[in-house]
This record gives sequence, C-alpha cells and structure tokens, in this order.
Amino acid sequence: MPKDHGIGASVKRREDIRFLTGQGRYTADINLHKQGYAYFARSEMAHATINKIDTTAASAMPGVLAIMTGADFAAMGGNPAGWYINSRDGATMKEPKRPVLAHGKVRHVGDAYAIVVAETLEQAKDAAAAIDADFTELPAIVDMAKAVANPAHRVHDEIDNNVCFDWGWIEDNRAAVDAAFAAAPHVTTLELVNNRLVPNAMEPRASIGDYDAGTGDYKLYTTSQNPHLSRLLIAAFVMGIPENKLTVIAPDVGGGFGSKIYHYGEEAAVLAASKALRRPVKWVAERSESFLSDAHGRDHVTTIQLALDKDGTFLALRTETMANVGAYLSNFATVTPTFLHGTLMAGPYKTPLVYVNVKAVFTNTAPVDAYRGAGRPEATYSIERVIDKAADELGLDKVEIRRKNFITTDMFPYTTPVGLVYDTGNYQATLEKMIELGDLAGFEKRAAASKAKGKLRGLGLSTWIEACGIAPSHLVGVLGARVGLFDAATVRVNATGSISVMTGAHSHGQGHETVFAQIVAERLGIAESAVEIVHGDTSKIPFGMGSYGSRSLAVAGSAMVKAVDKIIAKGKKIAAHMLEAAEGDIEFADGKFSVAGTDKAKTFGEIAFSAYVPHNYPLETLEPGLEETSFYDPANFTYPAGAYACEVEVDPATGQVEVASFTCADDFGNVMNPMIVEGQVHGGVGQGIGQALLENTIYDENGQLLSASYMDYAMPRAEDVPFYTVDHSCVTECTHNPLGVKGCGEAGAIGSPPAVVNAVIDALQRGGYKHVTHIDMPVSPSRVWAAINA
Amino acid sequence: MYDFEFVKPSTIAEATKALTAEGAQALSGGQTLVPTMKQRLAAPGVLVCLTGIAETKGVCKGDGGLHVGAATPHAVVAREAASHYPALAALAGGIGDPAVRNRGTLGGSIANNDPAACYPSAVLGSGATVVTNKRKIAADDYFQGMFTTALEEGEFITEVAFPIPEKAAYVKFNQPASRFALTAVFVAKYADGVRVAVTGASNDGVFRWSEAEEALSKDFSAAALAGLSVDHSDFISDLHGTPAYRGNLVKVLTARAVAAA
Repeated sequence: MPKDHGIGASVKRREDIRFLTGQGRYTADINLHKQGYAYFARSEMAHATINKIDTTAASAMPGVLAIMTGADFAAMGGNPAGWYINSRDGATMKEPKRPVLAHGKVRHVGDAYAIVVAETLEQAKDAAAAIDADFTELPAIVDMAKAVANPAHRVHDEIDNNVCFDWGWIEDNRAAVDAAFAAAPHVTTLELVNNRLVPNAMEPRASIGDYDAGTGDYKLYTTSQNPHLSRLLIAAFVMGIPENKLTVIAPDVGGGFGSKIYHYGEEAAVLAASKALRRPVKWVAERSESFLSDAHGRDHVTTIQLALDKDGTFLALRTETMANVGAYLSNFATVTPTFLHGTLMAGPYKTPLVYVNVKAVFTNTAPVDAYRGAGRPEATYSIERVIDKAADELGLDKVEIRRKNFITTDMFPYTTPVGLVYDTGNYQATLEKMIELGDLAGFEKRAAASKAKGKLRGLGLSTWIEACGIAPSHLVGVLGARVGLFDAATVRVNATGSISVMTGAHSHGQGHETVFAQIVAERLGIAESAVEIVHGDTSKIPFGMGSYGSRSLAVAGSAMVKAVDKIIAKGKKIAAHMLEAAEGDIEFADGKFSVAGTDKAKTFGEIAFSAYVPHNYPLETLEPGLEETSFYDPANFTYPAGAYACEVEVDPATGQVEVASFTCADDFGNVMNPMIVEGQVHGGVGQGIGQALLENTIYDENGQLLSASYMDYAMPRAEDVPFYTVDHSCVTECTHNPLGVKGCGEAGAIGSPPAVVNAVIDALQRGGYKHVTHIDMPVSPSRVWAAINA
Repeated sequence: MYDFEFVKPSTIAEATKALTAEGAQALSGGQTLVPTMKQRLAAPGVLVCLTGIAETKGVCKGDGGLHVGAATPHAVVAREAASHYPALAALAGGIGDPAVRNRGTLGGSIANNDPAACYPSAVLGSGATVVTNKRKIAADDYFQGMFTTALEEGEFITEVAFPIPEKAAYVKFNQPASRFALTAVFVAKYADGVRVAVTGASNDGVFRWSEAEEALSKDFSAAALAGLSVDHSDFISDLHGTPAYRGNLVKVLTARAVAAA
C-alpha cells in the first residue's frame, strides 16, 4: 500500500483548500486604509524621444493626488542585470541604465513614463489621458538582424550596434570544433527560431507601496517569486534605502513562470509615491499591461550544426544564436541565453566538441528574460531538432542515434565540453521506460489507423537534460553572477512541539506548504498538521533567494533538512541530560529520543517543552530554546533528465495538428510527493505544447505588439493537450544534496517542444512530404499547410 | 470604462424611443461592446439594453420557419432549436464558451457583423429574414461588408426567421487564439437550391460562394466541388492565416459540411 503521509506520499495540497474556495489572499485582495490608486501612462510608440511631459492640467483633474514622471526618478539607480557577461573578445557587456520610469526616451510600446495616483482608478486613468506629452517618433528597431546591421539606429544612444555582448563558450575550444567540422564525414545544419512567449501568469502583476512616516519604514506588497531578492534590488540598487527600512511581502501569488522573479519599475514607483503622499498606493496590472510590460521569454534565432560519422556518432556541435533582450536588461536577461543555455548544449550526449556563440541584441520590444526552463528549453530544442534532421539525412533510426550517443552510466561524474559536471544519471533507463510506456512498438498500427481516417501520424522523441537547483555560488560567481544563490531555512520548534518553518523559497503554485511539511514531519516523526510553512515575507523569513530554476526543493529544501538535523542534534543533548545518559548513546527515531539498548525515552514534545521550560536542563552548557537556521549552498547543479515521446495526427487538408499522446519518463532523483511532481510535469508539458503549436508573440515593423490580447495570442486549452502518461520511477539520486532530489518544475517545458515538432515533421515525412524538414514554432495549421504546399 | 446612462425598456416601442436619445447605443448581450467600453475604446452616453423585451426572446416554429428572438442567448438557441434546425443549434452551441453563450445574443452578433462571427453565415446561408423594429430585411440585403449592415440609425433587430432546410451543416475551423472562425462554412440544402455562406475569410465579411451553390444544387456531394476554387484575392491576411490558406479552408470546409449535412 502506498504511503499516505510523509516523504513519497501523494498528500493532497493543503493550500488548495483556500485557493479553490476563494480564500487565497493575493496582492489585489489587500486594501489598506486611505490607499490611492495608481495608473501608469505607457508609451504607444516603440521608440521616441520625450520632448515634454506637462502634467499641469492632468494634476488639476478631480481626485488626482500625485503625478510623477521619469524626471522625478532620474536620480535613482538603475535596475541592474544580475549577471555580468563578457564578450569573446574580452569586452565587457553593455549595460544601459534601466530607470524606474522612462526618461529622455521611450524604448518599447508599454514603456511607462508616468505614474498617476488618484482617489479612484478611473480618476487616475482620466488624468493619465490628460497628460500633455510630446514625443518625436524614432525608427523602431525590432528585427535582430537589422538591429545589428544598422549602426545608425540605436535603442540606446551609447550602444552603436545594439549588441549587449557577443559571447563564445568555450572560446578556447572553437578552433578544435571548427577543425572537427572541416574533417567530418557529414554535417547537418538547421536554422530555427525559438519563438517569443508572453508568460501569462493567471494573476497579473500588482504592487502596493506603504510608507510609514512615523518610523520611516517602507512596506511593499508585490507579486514576487523572491521577496528578498526584490528587497535587495529595490533597497540597495534602485532607491538607495537601507534594507532594514524596507519589508517586501509576496503573499499568495498566482503563477510566475519566471516573469515575477524580476524587480520592475512599478514597484519602486508605488513606494516613492506612497512616501510623497504619506498614503498607501496600490497598482494592479490589467491583462493588456501584462502583455506589454511583463518580461517575455525565449526569442532566439539560431543556426545549429552537428558533425557526425556516417554511423551517426556525434563528432562536434556548434551554434550561432541571436538572443533578443528587448529594450532594457531585465535581471536575468544576460544569464538566460548564456550560462543557462550554452552550458547545456552537450545534452545527455557524449559529443566531444561543442562551441556556442550567442549575441544578445537590444530591440524596441519588451524586455526578454527567463521563462519556465530559461535557456534550457532553447538548448534542448536546438539539439533535439538537429539530431532528428541528421537522422533523416543519414537514414538512421531516431531511437538508435540517441542511444548510440548517450553518456553511459559508467562515465559519471561526467565533465561536458561546455563546462558542467553531471554527477549522475541513467539516460538509457528513461529511454527504455519511455519506449515501454509509450508502446513505441505499436506505433505502426496506430499510424495505419490514423491513415484510415485521412490523418498523418507522426512520432517525435526528445531525450533531454537540464541543469537546475540553481545554483552553486562558487560556480556562478566565476560565471558572472552578482549574487550568491544559496538558500535558507529557519526551523522554529514552538514550546508545545508544533513547528514553524521559515523558508527562503516562495510558493506561487508549487505546493511548498504541503511538501515541505511532509519532509519536516517525517524527519521529526511528528504529524504534518503540526508543521506550518512560512514564506514570502522578508520580515519573517531568513535571507533566501526565492523560487525559480527548479531550485526550491533541491536548495531551500536542503537548507530546511539541515536545520532539522540541527534541531535533532540539540534535542539529543537535551535528552541525554534528561535521561542521564551519554549524548552518544541517544538515538532519535519515530519522534522519540531514546537511550540505545534501553526502554528509556523522551518524546519530541517533551524535549521541546524542556527547551522552553528549562527547569531540568543543562543550562551551563546549552542555550534554552529550540530554533535553528541553516544556509545551504549546493556543491553542484542538479541534473534531471528524461525521455519524452509525442504522437501527433496531422490533417493534411487543413494543417491542423492534434497531439494524440504524450509519454514522459523522467529521472528527478527522489520524489517527495508524486502527485505534485506529476502536476508539475503536466503543467510544463502543457506549456511546451503551447509553445510548439500555439503561442507566438509578434511585433510588427513599427514595434507594435500584434498579439497583445487573447484574441490573437493563443494559449493552450484543455482540449489542446492529451491525457499524459507520466513516470518518474527511473531514479538516480542526486549525489550532493541530503534528500537526493533534482527538481521537476521546468522539466516538462524543457523536454516537450522538440518532441512535438519532431512528431509533426515525422508525420509529414512519413506522409510523403519529404521536402518538409523543418517548421518553426508555433507549428500552426497555416504554417503546416504552407509547408506541405511549398 | 467611462460613465454612461443605462436604460432597459420592456417594449419595442419604448426601445425605439430610447434609441432616439443623443449618444444612445443599443446593447444586447454585450459580449463585444462591454469589453470595448472597458478598454475605453467606446464611450456611449446612453446604453439602451434590448434584453428586457419579452417579445424579442425565445425560439418558436412559425410560418417563416424557425423564428428566433433577437435577444435570445446562444445557449437557448443551442437547446431549443436542436429538434427544429440542428445545424443552427450546433452553430449556436459552438460559439465562444459557456459564459459567452449565456450572455451573447443572435441580434447582437448579426448587428455587429464581425467578419469572423459564426451567426452571419447561418443567417445568410439559410436565406433568413431579419426583422427589425421598422421592417423586414432579406439576409442577402442585410450584410453589407465587415461590421456593416443595412441597419439604419435607431433601427434594431427584433427577430430572425430561418427557413428550415432539408439538410444543413456548419463546419468551423477555429482561429487558434480567439476560437472565432478562422474560416467557417454554412451549407443548407433547400428544395429550390443550395446555399453556401462563408464567414471568417473575406475582407468583405460573410459571403455566398455562388460557384459551389450552383454545383451543389445539381449534385449535393463533396465530389461536386472538385475542380472548384474560391477567389481569395480579397481574403483576410492576419497572424493566423494567409488569403491562400483561407481559400483552401473554404473548399475543404465546404466539402466537409456537405458530408456532414
């Protein structure tokens, strides 16, 4: 019988009760006494000089409390890029100032240039429309190739070719890679676009600034995945206020997918406006603002080449990518296309030589940053697509070509040619599991059934790996990170034995409140109901780096386990005193401290009580109380991996693609709550199918966002995805964290897009459309039809 | 949204009078108008709500075929027309989502005449009669191009009378984002001929594909369409499809509608 509680049990999510009954407390649900309502005036032009912003008439409108413009924030600091990336020629990256509000120029449609605060939102909107702003429109720089080629057109006047950096990884390997290509018996080349995505979290961004004039304290309620990181950025970099005078609270947050990692100018603006007005100031984004101003994802244009022997052995791989960073550098914009992308270009394969070149390009579009998977989906898509193309060119089986090139279990720890050390894995095992669960042997029969209906059936594979559990500080420091990436937890045992765990991770849909409680309860042998998980408030939690990069369990969870270990260690000292035994003879199991070989024991509750009512307690050698904090910095990334199979049916008459089945065999290391893991995989694969078939962000040549609402931006719906087959039984434990866990949050979004596209191309190839070797995502009906009829 | 006055008349006469007010705008289910107002892209001074008039609601069989009140929500048509005119009911049941179907109305849809809306194809494809507070208008005269109709100032639809065909079907190809018709075709076979109405494809709004009608009137089979093609020179080009793609869909969907009828 499966466990019904503790580690490994599919415990139902305790937070769902409040989410599903309307009791969640999101930023928009919070209303403070005398709050004013903020509305941001945003640029309707992609690129323009600001000649004048006259707020005189607007300020006199009914209910208007304050209007602040870029000029009011000009003295503040810029919102920085979190990683410093050098170009391959050694030049430092270009980092233009990202101001709170646009000043001098507006650089994308939706770039905010004024904040209007009024007694009501409608009054604020009326006043924003009455601002007398005069712009001189400049040519919009949208297309990356044109941005690089035309030095006269500059997003930032000081950057002459719109290139942030031109990065080579690893530059020293370049000559050897090129030599291998020159000598290779076969080279497969593929040009592809990794389509730009709008994150579309269910809850739009929202912020409330609340300045207390009596104490000089600032408080910010905001939709953040990492309140401490936001506090650090706002306090130390942008506003120049001491961190101890700023509290950041990220209450219930309705999804982030990366877009809520970053600090945005609206947060500093509501804080400054609150200080100016001595009243709280509340802003809630409308969906249209989310489309225009949230950091978008992906947007790479890539040429990838794979050199092979005639038998399919990979000899070398190289890529050239242009990565759009938009108009300003968002906080993770520089690391996403580099160290989260280039270092993954070996995949799960033993390709001996790999070289990656990435140019990051400024354009007059919204900033682009990490979105679920962040760089790793781009890497996986490029690799898995070029492998399929190579297999087609050489007439090789798509399973065999992967199997032949896998890193094998005897090779771990395995140092890749792109700078990572994979600690463990078993790619053969997940591949075989996927073949079994997906019934690949029965494919031809299903293809025949599809053909009888007039449909073309295709099978697409993707064997993927990612580096997550972000990240070892010593390593990321070498790579250019400006912060550490540890995490922290405080475990507070209350006097009556119940537990409060303060974690640096932030749950915005992941289910931390449930699964973290499962872990702590099992480790301490107490009921899960006695464990409370506290997150999201910098005044309560230790300094942790929040949730992204599939890091919550692997990093913050490890900190929590280490804090629990300290609790147990101290408990043993207390028990030894109470039981009049040597500390070394005390054993802890099932919630009891006992003397080895005897029936003498104290319960966890008795020890906790003694720590707070220390009447019989070794006060001369041990402090009272039972509360421990651990900071945990991982020794390495974790490397989840898996094998995905997608089957599609293509209607050749219309180009419509239907995903018929999707099979996932993943190795996430040890699994704490299988139900939550399955939910994460379902969500990730759903997003991947969305990217592969539906979602696309299109700016026209004037920088106007054409796909600016759900009328034109196609989100995946329930009918677009199949019932998934998901397995995580192939476990290789992470070798360097206490739970042996790897992380699962991004996996589905990383592994699935190439499986879908490979399946479509396979269907067309089998259907006789041999000229179709690639279709860029989204593989929409009109694109499929056009490719068939090209 | 800007401030506005709101009136909800209960008779056609009251509504006719209310619509003479300065800045008056007729409101039916509000599925297009209200979002437009929320985005501050429309600012009518007075909204005259047309869903409170009992005689403009409901579905009943009568002399002119199936009479559908202009203020009848799609969900009601989907339910109540099912036994009389299954293709019409199926079309209504496939518009938007349940929330849209329970608010949006037939009259609102064809008064707006969105080039990608479903209902105009049923009205034109059935050769229906559009009844207003002032007159009766044949479907062939009613639709006059994208977002353009024969309705005059102060005129509003009270019901639509659909002649019931021998056979009919509506086949819609969803625009991937909005799930409006990227292109859709309504085919109806009557004793005196076949009508084929296409929505979602043309810059001129809903239209009849006369070559297909002629061929299908002689031989009501998908095979009769072989060799035909639709002129797509004035078709819509957008993020979701080229004119050529829409031209292909017209042909494919017409054949499928014939097969499904």
